[in-house]
Amino acid sequence: MNGSDTIERLATGISGFDQVALGGLPRGRTTLVTGSSGSGKTLFAVEFLARGIFRSGEPGLFVTFEETPDDLRRNWASLGFPIRQWESEGKWAFVDASADLEEAPVIGAYDFGALAARIGHAARQISATRVAVDSLDAVFTRFADPGVVRHELARIAAALEKAEVTAVITAERADEYDHVSRYGVEEFVLDNVVILRNVLAHERRRRTVEVVKMRGAPHRTGEWLFTIDPRDGLVVIPLAFLVPPFAPASQVRVSSGNTELDQMCGGGFFKDAIVMLVGPSGAGKTLTCLKFIAAGLQGGERCLAFTFDESREQVRRNAVGWGIDLDSAEESGLLRIVCDYPEVASLEDHFLRIRRAIEEHKPDRLVIDTLSALERIVSPRALLDFVIALGAVVRQHGITTLFTSAPAGRFTPLLTPSIAGEVASLTDVTITLRYFEQVGEIRRAIAVMQTRGSAHDPSIRQVTIDGDGMHIAEPVPGPAGILSGTSLVTQPGMTDPAAPESPQPDG
Amino acid sequence: MTAYSFRLYVTGQTERSQAAEANLRALCESRLPGRYELEVVDAAERPGLAEEQRILATPTVVRLAPLPQRRVIGDLSDHHRAAYALGLPERPGPDPARG
Repeated sequence: MNGSDTIERLATGISGFDQVALGGLPRGRTTLVTGSSGSGKTLFAVEFLARGIFRSGEPGLFVTFEETPDDLRRNWASLGFPIRQWESEGKWAFVDASADLEEAPVIGAYDFGALAARIGHAARQISATRVAVDSLDAVFTRFADPGVVRHELARIAAALEKAEVTAVITAERADEYDHVSRYGVEEFVLDNVVILRNVLAHERRRRTVEVVKMRGAPHRTGEWLFTIDPRDGLVVIPLAFLVPPFAPASQVRVSSGNTELDQMCGGGFFKDAIVMLVGPSGAGKTLTCLKFIAAGLQGGERCLAFTFDESREQVRRNAVGWGIDLDSAEESGLLRIVCDYPEVASLEDHFLRIRRAIEEHKPDRLVIDTLSALERIVSPRALLDFVIALGAVVRQHGITTLFTSAPAGRFTPLLTPSIAGEVASLTDVTITLRYFEQVGEIRRAIAVMQTRGSAHDPSIRQVTIDGDGMHIAEPVPGPAGILSGTSLVTQPGMTDPAAPESPQPDG
Repeated sequence: MTAYSFRLYVTGQTERSQAAEANLRALCESRLPGRYELEVVDAAERPGLAEEQRILATPTVVRLAPLPQRRVIGDLSDHHRAAYALGLPERPGPDPARG
């Protein structure tokens, strides 16, 4: 406890974590990282050291109570951490306190003086600035008297603080939502606590990280999604406000691929716009996506498309039907299409794949068709997080982005109001495609809602689709109700009040 | 005659360290007079040796010989249990302890 008021932070280098912790862990302090079995505690501890070495060559000391150094070296080589090499370079050292020896009987009083001496010695040898201790529980299971163990570990934690190294100590939790740790170790490292969770929700694993407290220092509250990526390790999913506030600024307009739709939007989409296209199956979503891509390719723009509904062959066939040659565009390198079934990965992993594809392909235009398919694998809240996170990425790169969603899904005016509001505030343009009934026929209608300062056509217009594509015609005459799902033959005044965002045509 | 060899790890010259050493010496004198070696290692001064044997707690006594090695943690205040755990013979005699 030095006299300074502000606590300096040490960026861990763990992807996304430092944004949640607003800069990193308190420098020169000890942070307790707890979680149930399989929650990623050891990875956190290993990465804490590895990222320090990668980023700034900070030497790290790993005190292991559980896995042997050999296991750790082997297990984490797959993530690209050359621990053995770092050891030979004096950047990494182990204090091996793993329990592969037969346990010795305890007769009389004892303390952990030897362990403390070993830690101090090893830390001095490599001038460690980071220390990871994993995990305390293994010690408790080896010694009968938890009171003594707790007292001794507290002394070691105090010694680490005194040595002014930044330390991560891991401990196990019995339940996801219960006491901080199984053996009450939070009693002695109670200043800084991070909890990792791994819960089964809606038949899916959901990993979150929460900064429970951080001494005298602000941090983001709540649980943050993270994933364990085979290439990047622990990745906390950054949400929209984690990137520097970004005001959409581009005044450049780009074509949607449909002249009439461009007119409705006031002359095309803004270059950095996020567009949400909502429509039922068959209403023209995929066609709109393909035309959007084709318009980009025509102007020499790089395009990236993710489709979660259709196979590559289906997409290709569709495109050929509309006279769009995706194959040669892919061969030329301008276009990249990724066809994935939502079920092949968790939402967090999909996010990482998309983000990686954006970083690699550097597209001017991005299409995700459809978000609704992803609803099959996650809760609405998690999907909203996903959209927000993705929105942050595309805004950062100024990518013209087209998302699609089915109205039966949750990204429609029928959403619960709070989520609908959040999605609406995220997108710049919402285009709604609908079927309606008129004089005994099913027809299509389109409407544009724009949240960003530009004039646009507020009318609901009829749409026809023929061999050339989509044609937008006159405003639909007659009473209201198309967007809210009621037909034109209903009486005036029957508009669904539950859809307040729907623009109402003049009746 | 089997030679016994012990290494006692302690941390600093504390009461606990001294008690452990005194208890161990008393045990050896009564059970293994003239046929034991005892080395006391201060882990604070020689942490490398503690690392080698992966000593966690102090005091810890390691019976280096005869093999197999045995170790006992604590100040050995209970002589009977300590003697048993270290595999010392019941009383001075020509027969070495088994195992």
